[in-house]
Amino acid sequence: MVDFSNLSVGEELPALQTDKISRTTLALYAGASGDHNPLHIDPDFAASAGFDDVFAQGMLSMAYLGRLLTNWVPQSYIKNIDVRFSSITPVNIDIICTGIIKSKTESASQKTLEIEIEAKDGNTGDIKILGLALLDFNSTL
Amino acid sequence: MLDKNDIDKEFKPVVAEVEKGRLLFFAKAIGEINPTFTDEFIAIDNGYSALPVPPTFLFCLKMDVPDPFENYRNLGVSLANMLHAKQSFTYHTPAVAGDLLTFYSHVADIYDKKGGALEFLVEKTKVVNQRDEHVADITTTLVIRN
Repeated sequence: MVDFSNLSVGEELPALQTDKISRTTLALYAGASGDHNPLHIDPDFAASAGFDDVFAQGMLSMAYLGRLLTNWVPQSYIKNIDVRFSSITPVNIDIICTGIIKSKTESASQKTLEIEIEAKDGNTGDIKILGLALLDFNSTL
Repeated sequence: MLDKNDIDKEFKPVVAEVEKGRLLFFAKAIGEINPTFTDEFIAIDNGYSALPVPPTFLFCLKMDVPDPFENYRNLGVSLANMLHAKQSFTYHTPAVAGDLLTFYSHVADIYDKKGGALEFLVEKTKVVNQRDEHVADITTTLVIRN
């Protein structure tokens, strides 16, 4: 269990390294998520839209960022996640998710952390998603 | 082209049941190995009444209709030109397997950049459960490449 009192600004969360995002990953995510957008599963449609190939659902990488957070703290601590998708994620790369504590605030009722979160190409470091998560360590189920 | 007159337009509410099997399928698809999300008994040990809905899955449940892109098409958006620009979730009450969630969505904003070459559609969604508890707020920003 992560102890709020021991945390400080600038500290990094344990990174999350994903497996390679294969075409199977995209098909499974399409089925499980209900997002059947053919840009992610049908190369013919992707080509007709001007893309070289299918590419990963942005929400797949955001789900990885969710895993980064819930591997570190109970989900009930997560109050807000706000991200921007920076570039598309091609098939056959892996993603590394990182987080760093940007601010720490404690009041009578709240113990909050602001975490800068990033999903990057595991090889090139290209940023795919950049955002902020707000955690409250006083929040219970 | 989007029409700014559509700002404030409300979409038909979506009602979706949180199915345990679907949560397990989602866990598999995102490589989830944290047992809180894959083992009901461990979830219960951790204080949940059933398997919890992971942080981004509410977005998926909102698409649980026969044609999830119909609302966007009706606003004049083509799937081939649309990309996800921004996404946010604000959480109020946990959701778990067995919950019946209702998603109330509306067009919160429409704006453009680069002289209309890029148009942005902002959709806000309020999620409530079967006890009328406020579960979450979701904001989705789509970019349309004209």
